[in-house]
Amino acid sequence: MHAMLAATESFHVNAVLFYALAALALAGAIGVVISRNPVHSALFLVATMIVIAVFFLTLSAPMVAIVQVIVYASAIVVLFLFVIMLLGIDRQEMLAADDRKYQRIGGAVLGACTLVALIGMTVTNWQLGARTASRRGIEEAGATGDVDNIRPMARTLFTQFAWQFQVTAALLVIAVIGSVVLARRSSRPSREEVAA
Amino acid sequence: MNVLFGAAKALFADGDLLTSSVVVIIKVLVAFVLLLVGVMLYIWGMRKWIADMQNRVGPAKAGPFGILQTLADGIKLFFKEQTIPSSAHRGVFRLAPYLSIMPAFLMFCVVPIGGEVTILGRTTSLQVVDLPFGAMFVLACSGIGVYGVMLAGWSSGSKYPLLGSVRASAQLLSYEAAFGLGILGALIHTGTLSTREIASLQAWENWRSFYEGWNLVPAFGAFFIFIIAALAETNHPPFDLVEAEQELVGGFITEYSGIRFAIFFLAEFMNVITMCAIATTLFLGGPSGPSLGFIDADNFINVWLMPIFWFMIKTIALTYGTVWLRAATPRMRYDKLMAFCWKYLIEAAILWIMFEIALELAKKNGWNRYTTVGLAATACLVLYGVLMLCVPKPGETVEEFR
Repeated sequence: MHAMLAATESFHVNAVLFYALAALALAGAIGVVISRNPVHSALFLVATMIVIAVFFLTLSAPMVAIVQVIVYASAIVVLFLFVIMLLGIDRQEMLAADDRKYQRIGGAVLGACTLVALIGMTVTNWQLGARTASRRGIEEAGATGDVDNIRPMARTLFTQFAWQFQVTAALLVIAVIGSVVLARRSSRPSREEVAA
Repeated sequence: MNVLFGAAKALFADGDLLTSSVVVIIKVLVAFVLLLVGVMLYIWGMRKWIADMQNRVGPAKAGPFGILQTLADGIKLFFKEQTIPSSAHRGVFRLAPYLSIMPAFLMFCVVPIGGEVTILGRTTSLQVVDLPFGAMFVLACSGIGVYGVMLAGWSSGSKYPLLGSVRASAQLLSYEAAFGLGILGALIHTGTLSTREIASLQAWENWRSFYEGWNLVPAFGAFFIFIIAALAETNHPPFDLVEAEQELVGGFITEYSGIRFAIFFLAEFMNVITMCAIATTLFLGGPSGPSLGFIDADNFINVWLMPIFWFMIKTIALTYGTVWLRAATPRMRYDKLMAFCWKYLIEAAILWIMFEIALELAKKNGWNRYTTVGLAATACLVLYGVLMLCVPKPGETVEEFR
């Protein structure tokens, strides 16, 4: 059994797995863009998210993988679908009517920028800051034999990055309250204005 | 790659590939058949129990005590014509039932239904797979399960199913928060996400394990929150707003017929059983229970049958509880349902989690147990009272933002 595991840990299986998953992820991503129906786009997005979760799994990050599924696949895209269904914007005519020229140009420019950035990152082995690039958590996990890297991750998150973590939480709360305030702003005059 | 191989190693204990694969295949098949037969018996038992409560006989014709009634219904549904409305989105309409049933089955895979046993010379735990993040896998599966209901309603291409599924997705998303907090209540005491380890931490040693080992006693608040949220997650009465027939004809399921209809109901009942099994694992000690003292400890009966027996007893007791709820409680009103979740349940869950953390800290740091319980309980109750004062009462108008 260990012999088989050792054999499968070779380069070929990793490469085959990577290309198969990459093809699936790309297929999903292309589906998101070319689908005429927003609901189909959202479904392709879910497929891409789940494939990316499998990528994380192959990179020894099961915690990130499962969070990817819970947060993106099962919460965020469900909310997308919820809004699409609630507003009833799942009809093609409405999308066609909203076709603006600048949107396409802007989209093309931003897409090209992203492509250049991605190629740059791949070619130059770009490191995003000294702290995030530190492999502390992974090394710690290797030292303690923690395969699920939940403990090292929690330790880093609640000690080294505690401040950033709290600020992100505050940001989310502010975003939620702000959207509620904006959404509930009524166009009717208030009682004071009517009285005055 | 370590994790995949870690999982593979967990699946295949040491040994050659063939035997290990056979063991895995046996486990998957047994789990699948067990769930299907379990659903069949659950539906029959549910109808019988509700009939008893309503002074009726219930299914009595097919087989002894009508036990084959569900099988007969299933066969009938299998051979019925399947219709697809002309306005439906055909692909998604066909996909939706499978999106519903797959998470329901996958969720059961992490539940340990027995202790450590030896099959074909392999020592293995009686569960399909022991993931290092089993408890979060449950959460992920219940999240993915939303898609089945949601897409079924949308793809039917008519009004009532769409309304039903919009309702459903709001309900399921809301209760998912409380569901996750309920699971967290058990995890605080165990300190691990693996379901096998959670079960083995609650293992039976003597009669005191009942209140010292099991998570039920230290986390009883989380247990009730988990049960309520799990019932809402599975669209179980009194939370079955999704298919409220007075208002929505049949909700998301209106346009479905034949085997697709059956698959939706299979998924729904499978989810109820799985949730009861997970509650058993997290809070009631899973397969832990006294073994037979007059037989050797390593006898087949004590190693194999007794843990499975205790697991089954606890799960069946919980499913009986769900049937009781189904018979006894009227369906909630939709606004009450959402208000209950967001205004009461989630706050209570968060405060309960804080209370439990205080208890756990007291245990670790050697604080006086009674002082800590008193102080933490008072603080939580006061906080809850303050929160409840902030919640607008029914009928009270809220000043609008400008």
